[in-house]
Amino acid sequence: MSADESPTAILRLTLNGRARSATVAQHRTLLDALRFDFGLTGTKECCLVGECGACTVLLDGRGVDSCLVLAFEADGADVVTVEGLAGDEGLDPLQQAFLDHGAAQCGFCIPGQLVAARALLEVNPAPTRADVEEGLAGNLCRCAGYEQIVEAVLDAATRAAGRGTHRSPESLADPAATPDATTAPQ
Amino acid sequence: MTTATTAPPDGLVGASPNRSGGIERVTGRQAYVADMPLEGALHVRLVTVPVARARILSIDAAAAFQLPGVALVMTAADLPDPMPRFGPQFRDRPVLAIGETKFHGDPVAAVAAETLDLAEAAAALVKVDYEQLPAVVTLEDALAPDAPLVQDPALRSGDPLAATNVLREHRYGWGDVDAARLGADVIVEGTYDFPMVTQFAIECHGFMAAPDGDGIAIWSSIQHPYWLQRVIASLLELPLAKVRVYAPDPGGAFGGKQHAKYEPLLAFMARRADRPMRLVLSLEETFQAVRRGAWRVHVRSGFQADGRLAFREVDADCLIGAYADIADRTVVKGSYTSAGPYVIPAVRINARSVLSHTVPSTAFRGFGNPQQIWATESNLDEAARVLSIDPVELRLRNLASRGQEFIPGDTPADGIWAESLQRAAERIGWTSPPSAGRGRGIAVGLKSGPTTGLSYATVRLLVDGSVVVAAGTSDMGQGARTIFAQIAAHELGAPLGWVSVVMGDTAVVPYDQQTSASRSSVLMGNAILAACREIQSKVRAMAARLEDVPEARITVDAGRVRLAAEDGGDARELPIADIVARGLGRLGGEVIGLGESRKEADPDHPLGGTSAFYEFNCTAVELAVDEATGDITILRHVIVSDVGRALHGAQVRGQDEGAAIMGLGHTLMEHYLFDDEGRIRNLGAIDYKIPTTLDLPRRIESEVVENGDGPGPYGAKGMSEGALLCVAPAVAAALRDATGVTIRDLPLSPERVWRALQEREPGVEAGAR
Repeated sequence: MSADESPTAILRLTLNGRARSATVAQHRTLLDALRFDFGLTGTKECCLVGECGACTVLLDGRGVDSCLVLAFEADGADVVTVEGLAGDEGLDPLQQAFLDHGAAQCGFCIPGQLVAARALLEVNPAPTRADVEEGLAGNLCRCAGYEQIVEAVLDAATRAAGRGTHRSPESLADPAATPDATTAPQ
Repeated sequence: MTTATTAPPDGLVGASPNRSGGIERVTGRQAYVADMPLEGALHVRLVTVPVARARILSIDAAAAFQLPGVALVMTAADLPDPMPRFGPQFRDRPVLAIGETKFHGDPVAAVAAETLDLAEAAAALVKVDYEQLPAVVTLEDALAPDAPLVQDPALRSGDPLAATNVLREHRYGWGDVDAARLGADVIVEGTYDFPMVTQFAIECHGFMAAPDGDGIAIWSSIQHPYWLQRVIASLLELPLAKVRVYAPDPGGAFGGKQHAKYEPLLAFMARRADRPMRLVLSLEETFQAVRRGAWRVHVRSGFQADGRLAFREVDADCLIGAYADIADRTVVKGSYTSAGPYVIPAVRINARSVLSHTVPSTAFRGFGNPQQIWATESNLDEAARVLSIDPVELRLRNLASRGQEFIPGDTPADGIWAESLQRAAERIGWTSPPSAGRGRGIAVGLKSGPTTGLSYATVRLLVDGSVVVAAGTSDMGQGARTIFAQIAAHELGAPLGWVSVVMGDTAVVPYDQQTSASRSSVLMGNAILAACREIQSKVRAMAARLEDVPEARITVDAGRVRLAAEDGGDARELPIADIVARGLGRLGGEVIGLGESRKEADPDHPLGGTSAFYEFNCTAVELAVDEATGDITILRHVIVSDVGRALHGAQVRGQDEGAAIMGLGHTLMEHYLFDDEGRIRNLGAIDYKIPTTLDLPRRIESEVVENGDGPGPYGAKGMSEGALLCVAPAVAAALRDATGVTIRDLPLSPERVWRALQEREPGVEAGAR
């Protein structure tokens, strides 16, 4: 078996809002197709067993571990990766909130965290802190910047709903300002 | 070392601007090694055998070569004879296993092919005949009189320990322990175990190598690119200038990416095939590449009846791996501070690094100290109960005060450590009892900072007032780029967004010793500060010429040029950028500053140098235990760290909280499990659990103590490891407080806690803090 002899087919999908196609080996995972065939390296590879969430993408609006999805399972589907989060008007509120809250330390897990958070907000636009913790439970961050990640997601939800202004980074230094399940935006 | 100013921070230094490199990280554009294209690169996979220790009888690559597109199968036979070896302390690690594998995952061959699929298929076709040999995977195994030797004694001929598995034995101490033992009122002792755990950076280690003219280029997600450059140059017999190391920002490192791993292998392969090579480890392979040392520590502490420490004896055995890597240094640095932050008149420390047929242990956030502190702080907590003295009070009675030389011959205490302890106690409400069923625990952690250091930085103030900083630090998530940009922006008056920080290329960025021991804000920070000072001095001369004012009347600071009036009247102030634009004249150009920051070695010091600063942290937790399952829920986790000066509040908080949660990993859930063959049973993310959002403390509260008493810019100290140091003893103390059970083995997993609860002696009471 060589790569040249691997059966291939044309994969067609909507990728970050654009119709795309590529000749892809049939055994490829969606993660490998995104990284190697479509050249989108924002989606990260780590555990390859669906535990770490670094490869999370949106497949028809649902968050999936792209390492566990065969590329051709996404044939004809709508796929959004971290590269597709920002719109014409700039960063997505989630991206901006992650920046403002210092949620990205090494940054390697952040694409997966952002996409998982987007998936959460799609179904639950006003999550509690507990909802966010549950929604991001499949996304490991070894820098363990979880507090700032969770705060960023809650803040993004607030911003998207146009309720209140986001807290300035200075106020974040005060742990007393940390929202808990009872004070998080409902 | 450089003495920095302790000028109070202005609006920029000490504030929390968005992280430099943040946009790249939230848009997916940050390129880690695995994301980098390398034209024509062959994909490499490693070949291993499924046991810990084996005699390699033969390697047959014929079937692998049958696959079209397989370019190279490298074995020990294809490497120079004698086998090239490397290692930061001992040159004991072969580029590929020769004759014998030493641990589960020790590669015996490597395959390079045109595609990753092909490389994987070919690696599976390499036939390795081997004979399994007995392996030592525990301290008992390794120290048994008839134990098989892990290391070939010829590698350290003349060493009296060469015929044992003890790599090194270290003895430290002061005072007369024997006399103190006779005079002590209370003696408390115990043995504590800290298991093997792994760094588990989410970015698995990635390596590339490519022929580069008459030299070689290496890409690695590495913390110490200049150290790697020396290793490669030495192995390939090249001048340093012909080895170019690219070190893209690592996706997490935590110590596991300090030293060379498979870069030497890829370098030899690239030269042999005259093709670029790339290897990205699987997560399972990273578990087989890096881990923390497992320690067994016996502590005996003696006290006067009033709680003052009279003596301490520590015997620590650290199970390191098959190759030394930097592990023995972690034993040295972790054990040397076994007296903790306390003033103890008599101390005896004996620490051994013990080789085993396991994954080579290496640096991991805390560098030996979390293991030692788990034992010594737990011992202190047990002593508090024996003495009937409150654990906070007991610590306060023994803490060194600022300026006190608590380790003879070393840097005196550099902080008001009682302040951290008192603030943590106050915040968790130490003096009021916890609700029924809950327990509280408190502990402190001290770590010696860098003992030597050398950092250079260049700062270039461009004609438009923007700034380029070149600094050889690795930004692995601690946010060094942001700190460096803040310093340069503050000193030179540039907007933060006008500062670029260039890192990660040994051909263009000047030398930096390493990124470890939480050194970079201090050592590289001081180098950048010095470079900015040099620029300020040139600007001063420019201003004198342009304004026709004597230099004596000009000060340049914080981005402003101040021209004092001759008659003592109001000074005139101009932005640095104005002077520079005019001073550089029609050809433009730039003003260049070179900064150097040294922490000199002291060959007579047991650590090779005194501590540049200490990291000091106090952690207090409140928890509840589900007695039916043994599951611990951390309700509150309070962190107070003495950071000297927080240069970036949000990043300091991120480091503190991240370290705390990482510490909950080894405290509550993480450990390697082995089978009888010495194979790791829980390789990978399914069977080895690290904290997720569902494992967070219900509330985490972090504070910093800022007295401006650090040696770094504006009084900063390093701080990225402190909040990890004493998580385990604080949690174990709280567990004892809640349930009455004392556990001296980590992790405090539900199974272990449940078992301890079942075996709890009747009459053992919770509480009694």
